Amino acid sequence: MIALITSVLAITLRAGTSLIYATVGEIYTERSGILNLGLEGMMLLGAVTSFATAYYTGSTWRGLLAALAVGGLLAALHAFISVTMRANQVVSGLSITLFGSGLASFLGQRLGPESNNYYLVGMSGPRFSPLVIPGLSQLPILGALFEQDILTYFLYILLPLSWFYLYKTRNGLDLRAVGENPQTADAMGINVVKTRYLYTILGGMLVGLGGAHLSLAYTPGWTENITGGRGWIVIALVIFAMWNPSRAALGAILFGGINAVQFRLQAAGTTVPAEFLNMLPYLMTIFVLIVMTWWEALSKRIGAPAALGKSYMREEK
Amino acid sequence: MNEPEAENTLKNPILEMRGIVKQFPGILANDHVDLELYPGEVLSLLGENGAGKSTLMNCLVGLYRPDEGEIYVRGQRVDIHSPKDAAALGIGMIHQNFKLVQTMTVAENIILGIGALPFVPDMDAVSRRIRELSARYSLQVDPQAYIWQLSVGEQQRVEILKLIYRGAEILILDEPTAVLTPQESHELAGVIKVMMAEGKSAIFITHKMEEVMEFSDWVRVLQHGRLVAVKRTAETSPQELARLMVGREVLFRLEKRAGTPGETLLELRDIHAEDDKGLPALRGVSLALHGGEILGIAGVAGNGQRELTEVVTGLRKVRQGRVLVRGEEQTNRSPLTMIKAGISHIPADRIGMGVVGDMAVSDNLVMKGYREAPLVEKGVLRPRRILKYARRLIETFRIATPTPQTRIKFLSGGNIQKAILAREISACEGLLVAAYPSRGLDVGATETVRKMLLEQRDKGMGVLLISEDLEELLTIADQIAVLFEGAVMGVCPAQEADIESLGLMMAGVRQTELASAPAIA
Amino acid sequence: MRFVFEKRQSVSRQALVLVPVGSFFVSLLLGAVLLLASKVNPLTTYAAMAHGAFGSWYNFSETLVKAIPLMLTGLGVSIAFRMRFWNIGAEGQLVWGGVAAAWVIIFLADVIPPWLLLPVALLLGVVGGALWAGGPAVLKATLGVDETLTTLLLNYVAILFSQYLYYGPWRDPEGYGFPGTVQFPQFAWLPRLGGTRAHVGLIFAIVAAALLWFVLNRTRWGFELKIIGENQTAARYLGINIARHIVWAMLLSGALSGLAGACEVTGISRRLQQGLSLGYGYTAIIVAWLAQLNPIAVLFVAILMGALLVGGDQVQMMMGLPASVGIVLQGMLLFPMLAGGLFTEYRLRIIRAEKAAPVAEVQP
Repeated sequence: MIALITSVLAITLRAGTSLIYATVGEIYTERSGILNLGLEGMMLLGAVTSFATAYYTGSTWRGLLAALAVGGLLAALHAFISVTMRANQVVSGLSITLFGSGLASFLGQRLGPESNNYYLVGMSGPRFSPLVIPGLSQLPILGALFEQDILTYFLYILLPLSWFYLYKTRNGLDLRAVGENPQTADAMGINVVKTRYLYTILGGMLVGLGGAHLSLAYTPGWTENITGGRGWIVIALVIFAMWNPSRAALGAILFGGINAVQFRLQAAGTTVPAEFLNMLPYLMTIFVLIVMTWWEALSKRIGAPAALGKSYMREEK
Repeated sequence: MNEPEAENTLKNPILEMRGIVKQFPGILANDHVDLELYPGEVLSLLGENGAGKSTLMNCLVGLYRPDEGEIYVRGQRVDIHSPKDAAALGIGMIHQNFKLVQTMTVAENIILGIGALPFVPDMDAVSRRIRELSARYSLQVDPQAYIWQLSVGEQQRVEILKLIYRGAEILILDEPTAVLTPQESHELAGVIKVMMAEGKSAIFITHKMEEVMEFSDWVRVLQHGRLVAVKRTAETSPQELARLMVGREVLFRLEKRAGTPGETLLELRDIHAEDDKGLPALRGVSLALHGGEILGIAGVAGNGQRELTEVVTGLRKVRQGRVLVRGEEQTNRSPLTMIKAGISHIPADRIGMGVVGDMAVSDNLVMKGYREAPLVEKGVLRPRRILKYARRLIETFRIATPTPQTRIKFLSGGNIQKAILAREISACEGLLVAAYPSRGLDVGATETVRKMLLEQRDKGMGVLLISEDLEELLTIADQIAVLFEGAVMGVCPAQEADIESLGLMMAGVRQTELASAPAIA
Repeated sequence: MRFVFEKRQSVSRQALVLVPVGSFFVSLLLGAVLLLASKVNPLTTYAAMAHGAFGSWYNFSETLVKAIPLMLTGLGVSIAFRMRFWNIGAEGQLVWGGVAAAWVIIFLADVIPPWLLLPVALLLGVVGGALWAGGPAVLKATLGVDETLTTLLLNYVAILFSQYLYYGPWRDPEGYGFPGTVQFPQFAWLPRLGGTRAHVGLIFAIVAAALLWFVLNRTRWGFELKIIGENQTAARYLGINIARHIVWAMLLSGALSGLAGACEVTGISRRLQQGLSLGYGYTAIIVAWLAQLNPIAVLFVAILMGALLVGGDQVQMMMGLPASVGIVLQGMLLFPMLAGGLFTEYRLRIIRAEKAAPVAEVQP
């Protein structure tokens, strides 16, 4: 039984890693007051470019760099449209997703080797394999934490660090102020525009990493629509985490867990049609959203940064 | 123009602004304005709404950038690009709308944006320092409290502490008394005196003559963006200042006929309601409003006025108590039901609630009347009739708009308010709720608004007038009720009311206790 | 020298027209960069795309085939967007429309007289799409649940459910394992227009656009919808029942997407099968926004988007490029459109100012 729990937990964590990266990234972005609905497109593009880069250079690390760059670039585009040009953030995010998924699909059919008719699908490249830590991985249940790939291990640092950064440092304070009340932040000498650009781009880079984890570790490889809506689930996970990085893992593990259960059930030859099992994460997300909204209304506590999704300009007169 | 330099040869100004010009599309907000400030002194910047006072100060703190002009601090030419630059020069401003983050603590707000702080600030040390400063200037406030837990007066203390903490030497206060009771204003004057004694200096933005006399050493008067007078406070009088500010003899007295109260239009019985955060905002409010009467609601903003208007107009549910309109039960009804019961509403938030900025003036003018013929027939709008109707209102109420099709957000504040008044008054069937109807308007527009309210009263309508301007209430209201922390401290006829006792009630003394209350000077 | 955005005194009419048109060319330009990077001549590519989409009467009819569902979903999305209700679930609503229509034809053929089967199928498609949109609307109206996520996530659920049907219980037993239902009887086919694959869904779309224009611009309901979209606080203050409008607008929005789906299965595939969900519901967002939510403009923008899709297919066949080239171009359209929106209300002013001493040098 313990062995089963350990293995489910291990799969959960593996499935949840990309979600955690993207969730933390989006928390940074939203904390600055920018809503980025482009995650799905950014993750897809991160996944395809990192895989292609790793495939040709033979280096997974270069793959990660590509994902960071692509995620950051798309986020910078979003920041330009919503911060500088003050356009509607919802629509801008949607276009990022539409463009990102289109481009990812294009690149997936264009960047592959000639022998495979330029398709990336079906190619195998370098990957991040699990690094089993001797000793620790033998622990009951907790051992699951120590048979992961390097990207998951890095999360063990990223999560507490992000929490500390957001709540204990000067920069974190400024960031929260910008998302809560940009007028005040501006009057207090914080550069709202710079802050929003910075954290939107930083968030985008982390989202890109989330995509890279899918194609370099979790799947690995490139398939069309490799994200399967993860970018959207992450938006809900941010709400679930109440914009607090320390809670980001919780939601992601919940959803990773659903994936793990799905696998288990399918492996056990369940009679439930696969399609219904595959619906679970989406239905679960909707359920979580309803509960969170209801709870917020009940407790009159609104966790969202007050200025989320609103553009800011000073010389309005 | 009087040049004060001759009298000040002993001291060098700590701050000088020369020939400041700031232009917004369509408005010359500052037209070659000069300003001088001396250490240890308070300078009043007097002017009507829209005279350019706030714009000038925003240029000084780097929120706006002047199109022309020079700024000198301690004799040296400076270029202030951002509030950060201003802070580095020791210039700090308390804005009319407080610049505070509601979800953060007092301490966090105070250190916000201070670049010199260590990467991981020691919050205990910060709190200690705040306590020290609060003791020194008698500005009592808990560093660990969240802003949303504080009263407006306390929030202002946080704003002052914020400036002191940052070592500001030049303090700019933008109408700081607007949110205070008369007694709290006195206390503020005391705090400012302590700071001046330490060699700091302050610029005090106001449009109230009495405050100029009470607070300041010097006064500069702005009119339509231009500097029109520089005076020593000791050498001027409120009457002279009023004339300088408006550019003509005003101090108009509105003709107010004796009221003839009719039937009871609105009755509130023991109303309890909560604010957006679920905290009690109204605690047992009972009021009655009659036809042909203006019932003024006095009180410092944030004491339940907003919730009161929302309860009456159906925008907020009550937890307990009853709302009766013409004797009929209308408790917790929808806004539409209240509109149909004959209640019109001039909301406090004109731009956010009163109009739809991106729609045409004509559309905005029919937003109450569009439900009924002849503007609509069988659910289909009649554009030509709508236009005709709108044209008539534009003419009657003298709304200055290029065309009826212009998006209303391009109109001036006064004209937007006139449009709201036109819509609400023309659709009014008995009861008018007016929240801060003259706030932020220039003298002319204020006069128009007040006249219109009186006209409604004389027609037999009941007007519930919420205002923070005691003078306005004393001028046009028949009865004045004072709201404090969601409860009515007392109701008295306007003729018998005096500012002193209203002030005490605004600070939480009940009318019944007034006689025994200690005099606060 | 610095750049400042200055508010205009009124909305610039030229910008309203120039921005969408300009966006199209900017998108082509950006696409050219991408094509050059993948070592293809952009001019040849665009010429091939244009030929594929408009080169002949038949080609144009194929463009219309793609444009019809885009028109209907685009109209549907526009209604919701008018009140700033972010319905991005048109894809799922379209799928449900298809499923509901297929259900009528497959299972009610014995009950309903043949001449009535198609109308009932279309009607049920409409209802199916409407109900699927109604769920998120009710959640938003009653609890305030964010509609962006619920509508979107339900797309995946709808698509998976339709897959379950044509892979599972509805699969044609004589279909040699082909995932799809039996072919519909001929009397349940949506009539096509003169030898092409374009069907009478085009007429539905045109009629719907005209009706919608009237409803949105000339009725009390449309007026209220607009107020809600522009300023919810004001709408509440004016006594407008926002919750009820959300639900009705979304039902209408979903109904149009449902009709799109019903037309697809009865007019194109004539069975429920893989390929019902081609992303029309997402492209609809681009259509609606580019048309600035104007129903009449939606028709033309949809044709343009359809052309990009057909053009993409064409370059795949002729030049071996991925068909998603069309989708990439579509995806790039909104960026210049959004960025340009600023110019309708602001103008760029360039200020040259002489330099004063920077603050750092004069610190006391």
